[in-house]
Parts: sequence; structure tokens; C-alpha cells
Amino acid sequence: MAVGTLRRAPLKRSKPWPETWVAAAFVAPAALVIFLVVVVPLARAAWMSLFDIELTRPGVEPFVGLGNYLTQLTSAGFWDSVFKALFFTVVTTVLELSLGVGLAMLMDQPMRLRWVLRSLVILPWALPTIVNALMWRWIDNATYGSLNALLTQVGALHDYVPWLSQDTTAMWMVIIADVWKMTPFCAILILAGLQGIDRELFEAARVDGAGTVAIFRRIILPLLTPIILIVLVLRTMEAFKVFDIIWIMTGGGPASSTQTVAIYAYRTAYQGYDFGQGAALGYLIAIAIMLLAAVYLWLLRRTGTTTS
Amino acid sequence: MTRSVAATRGIAWRLLGTATAVLFVASACSSSSATPSPAVTQPAASQPAASQPAGASPAASAAASQAIDTTTPMTLNVLLMQQAAYSASDIKAMDDAFTKAYPNITINPELVSYDSLHDKIVTAQVGGSGKYDVVLMDTPWPAELVTANIVSDITSKVPADFTSGVFDSAWTAAKYNGKVYGVPWINDTKFFFYNTDMFAKAGIATAPKTWDEVEADAKLIKATGVKYPITASWKQAEAVICDWTQLAAAFGGSDFVDASGKALFNQGGGLAALTFMKKLIDEGLVDPASLSQTEDDVNSVMSAGQSAMALNWTYGLSVMNDPTKSKVAGKMKVAPSPGEGSVTTSGVNGGMSLAVTTTTKHPNEALAYALFLASESSQEMDVANALPMWKASFDNTNVTKGNPDLFAAAKIQFAGLVARPVVPYYTKLSNALQDAIQQTLLGKKTPQQALDDVAAQLPTFQQ
Repeated sequence: MAVGTLRRAPLKRSKPWPETWVAAAFVAPAALVIFLVVVVPLARAAWMSLFDIELTRPGVEPFVGLGNYLTQLTSAGFWDSVFKALFFTVVTTVLELSLGVGLAMLMDQPMRLRWVLRSLVILPWALPTIVNALMWRWIDNATYGSLNALLTQVGALHDYVPWLSQDTTAMWMVIIADVWKMTPFCAILILAGLQGIDRELFEAARVDGAGTVAIFRRIILPLLTPIILIVLVLRTMEAFKVFDIIWIMTGGGPASSTQTVAIYAYRTAYQGYDFGQGAALGYLIAIAIMLLAAVYLWLLRRTGTTTS
Repeated sequence: MTRSVAATRGIAWRLLGTATAVLFVASACSSSSATPSPAVTQPAASQPAASQPAGASPAASAAASQAIDTTTPMTLNVLLMQQAAYSASDIKAMDDAFTKAYPNITINPELVSYDSLHDKIVTAQVGGSGKYDVVLMDTPWPAELVTANIVSDITSKVPADFTSGVFDSAWTAAKYNGKVYGVPWINDTKFFFYNTDMFAKAGIATAPKTWDEVEADAKLIKATGVKYPITASWKQAEAVICDWTQLAAAFGGSDFVDASGKALFNQGGGLAALTFMKKLIDEGLVDPASLSQTEDDVNSVMSAGQSAMALNWTYGLSVMNDPTKSKVAGKMKVAPSPGEGSVTTSGVNGGMSLAVTTTTKHPNEALAYALFLASESSQEMDVANALPMWKASFDNTNVTKGNPDLFAAAKIQFAGLVARPVVPYYTKLSNALQDAIQQTLLGKKTPQQALDDVAAQLPTFQQ
């Protein structure tokens, strides 16, 4: 059969966009949003931190340069809140990481109904922080809290303790509440890391006579180091700027014993109407977190270089 | 008074920057669902009788309804408190009555805890969308909120019957520099509540009249086996300032600062009150858990029958005597707050007022709403949770018969309430004092040292 001789006129094709242009077009909307909600406020905050801005003194906003930063860096209240934030950060991160590794090891063991254990473990993390904080505030209540009831019934206490009313115990109660909530987060990430380890390594080690402790120290821990460092970065950043759980449980009290740097900044800006100081505090917190993160990232890179 | 667009934008940017991670989406108007139909405004005289707010006094209606839009559908966003005073159901009943009178106006109330109220006003009105038309303002806040240009001057719009009929103490929560910025809505103070069973068991027949008698009675009650006879709301929050102010007034100190701005709180009554508070803690008469308690916690402890006496706002009595919530219902009584020496009683001014914001698109309707809620008949709808601020209500036996003891105590205390200072730096001062009081109660500083430290910071706050 003869084929028709009609020939299509060749389509005039426009020159395709370079791939980078296409990628940029796709990214542009998200970049614009990020620019507006992150970059612009950050730049504005940096600008504001150089001025003495108080809402109760409208129209008078003298330029003070780094004065707001210097005021805070020489303020006893600032350093007190920084040390409280550091204490909270170190204790919660160490506890959450240690317990997280233990939980992850447990959840990694072959056992019946392992999925039930994994589901239960994740529950505290699934709770909104405000619910968790309110729940622990009730548990710690001196008069009708279940912690006092339990401890007195088992004979550990002879008298009720006002856990949230003493400067010696309030911070620890907040730490316990945070550890209860965030340990599952650490455990799940570490479990993911554990499951990426080749099981043959364990068998080979056992054949060579290694015990459980040796396997943990010589195989599991080194191979988990990258994920542990990532967990450390995430938890350190979160813990240092902790606000919600403390605000709800203690409001920063008693006697400012749980007033971390984020609560101090909030009080300065929103209760003291001092937005210049508030902006400076926001930047000081951000710088501190970036420094901590930089140390971890350096460690992470070094570990990666070592393991590769 | 209307905030200029430039000023609003400038302040909004500041807050935006301070938060850094928070974007407050600016909305052009206060959630108004106004249609583009032309507004029809009617003076009060021309309104049909049926559209007059039920219960609002004629004078109130007349003043408020100057150019009230009665046709265009609109929504008023209102920020109130859910803690002491009126309950959510009380407020809903008032709102329903208002919308019945003004069917084109929808009320969108938002109720937050007292401790969130101040910050919510600031964040929403200064840096956020400025969506609220009416906000509830505590006694010490007018100075701050006026200088931050958040609330409007309504001096010329206040009806005459409000000026003459409302207790003077209630106006403290509404005025600054001689001008009126709010409609008084709540007139409250802390009363002395006591458990009659525990008193009887200790052989005490009458409520104490002085704080020395409180201490003596507490010792007798403690001897009967009540571990902590007194419970208090001494959390590091405004609650502890209210209690301390009330005690300071009883011990002869009524002002925080003098006319020149010099500290007075670190001497006389203020110092004596803090010393006395610490003494009660040291003697084991006040529950140490009080340092993390607010007024709601005091109600819970009293309702559980754990303590015998406490100071609390009006609503405390109805909560403690509510059989569905309290183990000691029917056993709780009220008395005027004790005095000391030549002072027979004292009371902190816990008044609050409804302020029309500078960002509202409906200032007349917002004011009409505030006046409606504060009208005599609205206030007499439920006097169990909040006492009316109208003097006439106290002489109306139909109103007082439900709780004559409470009205009797209130009439005495309302005559001489002591206000916390209405100064632009109040929140800074309050925060510092809260910390100082707790430092003392925890034994970390002496009363004199703690208060002197705050006095030393005062010039910084005043800058």
C-alpha cells in the first residue's frame, strides 16, 4: 500500500529552557515565601536590635549601635537565664540520648508484639507539648498530684513535696517532663540508624569471640555516631531555646529558677515592651545555637572523614 | 483616636522582627463580614423600641448609639478572660442579649486565662492583625496600653449614669491621666474565705478581723491536724502582687511609688507585708505549694478541704460552695479581708474595664457592646461570680439576697480599694517584684534586701 505523500510541516520548536532555569522556577515560590517569612524578619530584627525601641515611648527610637547587645551581655539576668538554659540543655540532651539509645536497642530486638512496643514508645512524642506540660503540672501538684501520692504510698516520702514551688526541684520536674516527651524522638532516629547496620557484622564479631558489650562499643556505637550527632544537633538547638513546656509548668518560677533565656527574651520584649533589647536577645540566642550546631557539624564532618 | 497607617505598619514591623520566626499575617479588617451595602445609621431616638438593647440603661444606649450601624452585618472580635469573674456562660448570655438587640452585629468572643491576657493584647494589637475591637484591660494597664496606642480615648462618650452610678474604685481600671479609656466592667477585690467546719473544730467562733488574729487562728487550726491552714496564690505571676498589695495596704502602705517616682514599696506597709508573708511560711501556716499556685489552684485546694482559709476573688466563693466541684460545699463563708492596727480592712483593686481598640473599624458599635455588658441589668444577671459595680445594686435586695454576706463584705472593701500603680512601666516593675517576693519566700533574700534590689532598678524601668 502506497503511503501518502503528505508531509507534515516541521514544528517550530522553541529552545528548551536550561535545566537550572526550570529548577529555579519551581523553587521560586517557596524561596519567595521563605524570603518573606524568614529572611525579611531576620533582617528587620537585626536592624531593630541596633535601636532603643520601646512601645511605651513611641516616636523616640535612638540609634544605639551594639548598645542593646552590650546591655544584655553585661546583665546578670541574661547570664542567669543562659546558665539555666544550658543546664536544661545539657541534662535533657544527655538523658534523652542515653535513654533513646537504650530504648532503640530494646525495640531492635526480635520479639513478639514488637510493633506494640514501638507504638507505645512513640505516644509521648505524639502528644502536643501543651498537653504534656499540663499533664505533668497535675502530676507534680503538691496537694493532689499523683507523684506525691505514689511516692508516699510506696514509702519513699513521708510528706508531700511541693515539687514546682521549690527552686531546688522545679527545674528537675520540667526536665523530667521534657525527657518523657522527647526520648521517643531520639529513640526512633537511633532505631533507624541501628537498622541500617549490617547484621553480618554482629555475627562476625561473635564468631571472633566478642561479647554484647564489646559489640556495642566497637561496632554499634561507632556506626551510630553520625546519627547520634544529628540527634545531638537537633535536641541541643531545641532544648536551648525551650519555652513552651516551662512557661506552662512554672511560668519561669519559682523565683525565676526556671527562667531560661527564651523566657527572659519573651519577658523583655512582650511584657517589658522593649523590642530593641528583645531583638538583640533573639540574635544572641540564635548565635549561641549556631555556635553549638557548628561544633556538632564539625564533629560530624570529622567522623564522616574518619569512617570513610 | 485612630492610629496612622504608617505608625501601625512601623510597629508591626518591629514585632515581626522581634519574633523572627513568627509571621503575623496582617488582615485588612477585624474579621468583619461587612457587605458593601451602604451603612444605615440611626440615632437612638429613631431606633425602634424593639432594637434597643434589653437591659441597657437609656443613657447608656443614647451615648453609645450615636451613629450605630444597625443594618450592615458585622462581627466584633472581643478578647476577654476566662478565670475569675464572669464565666463563659455568663458572657454568652450577655452576648446573646446584645445580638438580640442588634441583629446585624455578631460577637466573636475569645476567652483566655488572665496570665495570657496582657501579652495577647500586645501581640495581637501591636504586631498582629489588630483584629480585636474590644479588649479587657486590668487596673494597672491603661498607662501602658495608652502609651502604646492600643486603646481609644472615650472620655466624651461615657454616659452620665455611668459616671455617677458606678463605684469610684471601678473607674481606676479605666482611666489614665484624667481621661477614660475603658468602660468599667468588673469591680473586684480579694475577700477572706474560710471553712466554718475547720474553724468550729478549732473552737473559733468568728472570722479574724486582723492579720494577727489570722496567724493565731491558723495556729489553733494547725493544732487540730490541718497541715497548712492557709493556702495562697503566690505564684510568680500577677497573683502574688495582688495578695502582697492587699496585705501591704492592711499594714499601712497604699502606694508603690511617690509622686516623684521614688520607691515606697520597700518600706512601711510593703516591707511589713512581705515580712509577715515570710513569717507565715516559716511557721508552717501557709502551704509552701502556694508559690506555684494561682487563684484557680487556691479554689481547688480549698474545695478539697485541705486548707481552712484563703484570699481570693469573688468567684472563689461560688466555686468552693459548688457541690459538684467542692467537698466542702456549704461550709465556706466570706468575711471582709482582715486589717491590722488602725486599718480595719483592705482590698487590692481587681477592677477591669472593656476598652475599644484603636484598630477597630466599628468604634461606635464596639463601645455600644462594652456599655451593654457593663449596664446595670447585664451585671445583675449573675452576681455569684462577679459583683456588680453599680452602687444601686448593693441596695437592691433582689440582687443581694442570694449572698448577703458577700455583698456586705464587698460594700466595706469597695469603699477603700488600693490600686497597683498605673504607670507605663508597670509590667516591668511587677515582674521584678514577683521575683523579689519569691526570692524572699524561698529564703534566698531578706524582705528588705529583695525589695531594695527592685527599688534600685526602678530608675531603669522609668527611663
